[in-house]
Amino acid sequence: MLEAIGVQSMDDLLVDIPKSLRIKTLDLPAGLSEYDTMSQLSSLAARNRVFPDRLTFRGGGVYRRFIPAAVAAVTSKPEFYTAYTPYQPEASQGTLQAIFEFQTLIAELTALDVANASLYDGATAVAEAAMMAHVQTGRNEIVVAGYVHPEYVEVLRGFSEGRGIKVRKGTDPGPKTAAVIFQQPDFLGLLVDARELTEKAHAAGALSIACVDPISLAILAPPGEYGADIAVGEGQQLGLSPSYGGPHVGFISCRKELVRRLPGRLIGTAYDKQGRRGFNLALAAREQHIRREKATSNICTNHSLCALAASVYMTYMGPDGLRQVAEVSFQRAHSLAERLSALPGWELAFPDRPFLNEFPMRVPKAPALVRKLARKGILGPLEMNRWFRELKGVVTFTCTEVNDPGALDELVAAVEG
Amino acid sequence: MTELLSFEKSRPSAGAPRLPESGLSGPKPSQALPADQLRAKEPALPRLSEPEIMRHYSRLASMNYSISEQFYPLGSCTMKYNPVLNETVAALPGFAGLHPYQDEATVQGALELMWRLEQALCEVVGVERVTLQPAAGAHGEWTALRMIKAYHTSRGDTRNEVLVPDSAHGTNPASAALSGFQVVEVKSGPDGRISLPDLESKLSSRVAALMLTNPNTLGLFEREILDIAEMVHATGAMLYYDGANLNAFMGICRPGDMGFDAVHMNLHKTFTTPHGGGGPGAGPVGVKAELVPFLPTPTVERANGHFALDFKRPRSIGRVRSFYGNFGMLVRAYSYIVAMGGDGLTQASRDAVLSANYLRKQVEGDLEMPHAGPCMHEFVASAHNLAPAGVRALDIAKALLDRNFYAPTVYFPLVVPEAIMVEPTETESKATLDSFAAAIKEIVGLVKTDPQALHDAPQKLPVGRLDEVAAARRINAYLQGQSEDPVLRWKPPAN
Repeated sequence: MLEAIGVQSMDDLLVDIPKSLRIKTLDLPAGLSEYDTMSQLSSLAARNRVFPDRLTFRGGGVYRRFIPAAVAAVTSKPEFYTAYTPYQPEASQGTLQAIFEFQTLIAELTALDVANASLYDGATAVAEAAMMAHVQTGRNEIVVAGYVHPEYVEVLRGFSEGRGIKVRKGTDPGPKTAAVIFQQPDFLGLLVDARELTEKAHAAGALSIACVDPISLAILAPPGEYGADIAVGEGQQLGLSPSYGGPHVGFISCRKELVRRLPGRLIGTAYDKQGRRGFNLALAAREQHIRREKATSNICTNHSLCALAASVYMTYMGPDGLRQVAEVSFQRAHSLAERLSALPGWELAFPDRPFLNEFPMRVPKAPALVRKLARKGILGPLEMNRWFRELKGVVTFTCTEVNDPGALDELVAAVEG
Repeated sequence: MTELLSFEKSRPSAGAPRLPESGLSGPKPSQALPADQLRAKEPALPRLSEPEIMRHYSRLASMNYSISEQFYPLGSCTMKYNPVLNETVAALPGFAGLHPYQDEATVQGALELMWRLEQALCEVVGVERVTLQPAAGAHGEWTALRMIKAYHTSRGDTRNEVLVPDSAHGTNPASAALSGFQVVEVKSGPDGRISLPDLESKLSSRVAALMLTNPNTLGLFEREILDIAEMVHATGAMLYYDGANLNAFMGICRPGDMGFDAVHMNLHKTFTTPHGGGGPGAGPVGVKAELVPFLPTPTVERANGHFALDFKRPRSIGRVRSFYGNFGMLVRAYSYIVAMGGDGLTQASRDAVLSANYLRKQVEGDLEMPHAGPCMHEFVASAHNLAPAGVRALDIAKALLDRNFYAPTVYFPLVVPEAIMVEPTETESKATLDSFAAAIKEIVGLVKTDPQALHDAPQKLPVGRLDEVAAARRINAYLQGQSEDPVLRWKPPAN
């Protein structure tokens, strides 16, 4: 090949690199065979403790759920996972149609007009929605109402800083407020009054941004039904493994009037000369590769394959399956809450507030409790005072369809033992 | 062949899959929750059986070109082979089954992997520390710019401009704007490299950083990089490295040695984590000592053989996403680095440069080469020479699709008219490169004999060229309330 190029050696191809910059070698171990690589990685994996799904009662934004085998069977198809951004639509119809279906599924679930192709995670989705509201209203303040996931709020603050936007907590939007953001159910698992918060936002001329749990929408009023302008959320529960926090998938949908402000990719239908329907990148003039510094966001690579997993999951479940998953989780959690409340010194932290499948309890000696459960093979609840000083002694338990009645018995027995 | 949407195939009789029953008594949410909290209208998700679902997605898969089946010379995207071992490793329950809020003592293997990956990436790019948190390249750019801003602010310096070459990726100016900077463009010179006089005229005490890709998007090494670094640093600004093209010189030279202060890497390009049809990726950022205090929290630290997450970093810019990054992608990248070793990574880059120069040579008689070689890991050709015959870069791209090749990146970088940007990568054989060159030759031959065939391409794919103008018109009509067809989604038929 060197001869065909017309040079003597590889160094002739590297002539543009100043000699003083050339290095001899990288100070890294030599390469390994596949067998030895696997051994090394397996031994790292073995140094982690994996709690069984059924004995995991910890949530806080990442949940164990039943994942149909169909999800991995689809996402492990190399035609999906080794393709890239569909810049050539004719040779990427599979990815494009799958994303179009994802957009539709999210739009249906949230009852809003249009959803995008995906974002990185729930946290950046919240931040991107806030940026949309800032541009749409020309206002510089974001009001965060109630217990929104603390990591989402931290990311929101980071995004806002660059744009000169102030983030404050409260439920009282004013004339400078671009949006009110709330989480439904909130970080503690409690339902908020999404209708009232949305009305307050609108009365102040601000947008209403709902950060929602996608599974909950099989039961709960979706953002579109109570008039929210933008819905965002984390899609991990839709068929993705916890994987120590990622990769998961953020989603965002909005009312028609805000579509031009949406970040990232959007797929739409288009037709060829023969009248065949295909799918293609749409409204690309919003995006960084066309609009550069005037783009609605800098996002390029998003989380397409995770969105595909979520699509397979939602398609597998259908409306009835999704409702059943949500209902079973609800019943399990309420049964557990009732049993735990009966223990001496234990009580629901907010007994008047309804919840779905995650709930806060005030317990004696929370850190010792979590340690004790871990010794018995149970990933116990999450301590809230890690983020909220006022919630000392409060922990949140999560139940889903994977925590069978026997697992609830084991948990209660372990607590009492 | 096209495929109906899952929604269009939905049939009520498909019912629901069999799922766990609650096994408990107690009210259902519809009985227990306040009525105004309940959903009124069922979402129109499809109802399909598992066999129908599997067939649907298999058909969609067959409508994609991918690295697994096609040569995918998409310039700037480094579409190299994704080792299947990576997938096996990432799926190990000891990685995939970890909850992000598990106690540190129970995730020592995960933290050690992150720590080791950080060490390896530090060595490859020549920096002090690396954050693994950013989810993609653009996210890494933004993260780095926030650190740079925090650094200047900590010195009482309010610099508000970021310089970006005209050949840069679109994410560069977009990330700079998102971080609150004014973007100032720096011109390329006639040789395709950044113009030093233009750079000098734009450097001032207002400039916070210069964002640079090296080799640049034309596939050319910025020969004057040491002078550039000196000029930038002399004004108190920082030098930022866009790692999209890092595959050109692993083990050959390092951005840190060139004077870059912050460096992002695309694990989905250089380190073989799959592109997934548009993500997930991972965009770690490496920094020199003066930026270390500003790294996002948490960092992974090692003390006495124990690994821990460090949240107590008072000058940190805070977290840039939830949890600790796209951990599953970090596992894949680390697996690749372990398998390749220092020697393997170096060989990979050398082979990538060899492949690009070889292919460049094979097609230089057919397409215009606006800049003199040698190139690094990719080259930019131009179809400008075919313009008199009415044939454009897009026609070449579409004709390649009919010949079972994915198309190179076209119309980028913007500084080359009718640009065709080719990045073959090191994982393609000489035979593949030769067949691609032969396809180019055949296509260019058609310019004289049958240009219409090129305008009509592609013919062999599920759809032909799609009418984007008509699609945009339909979207406008919808957004302006003149049409009920949302175009951007399927809509259930009105009752």
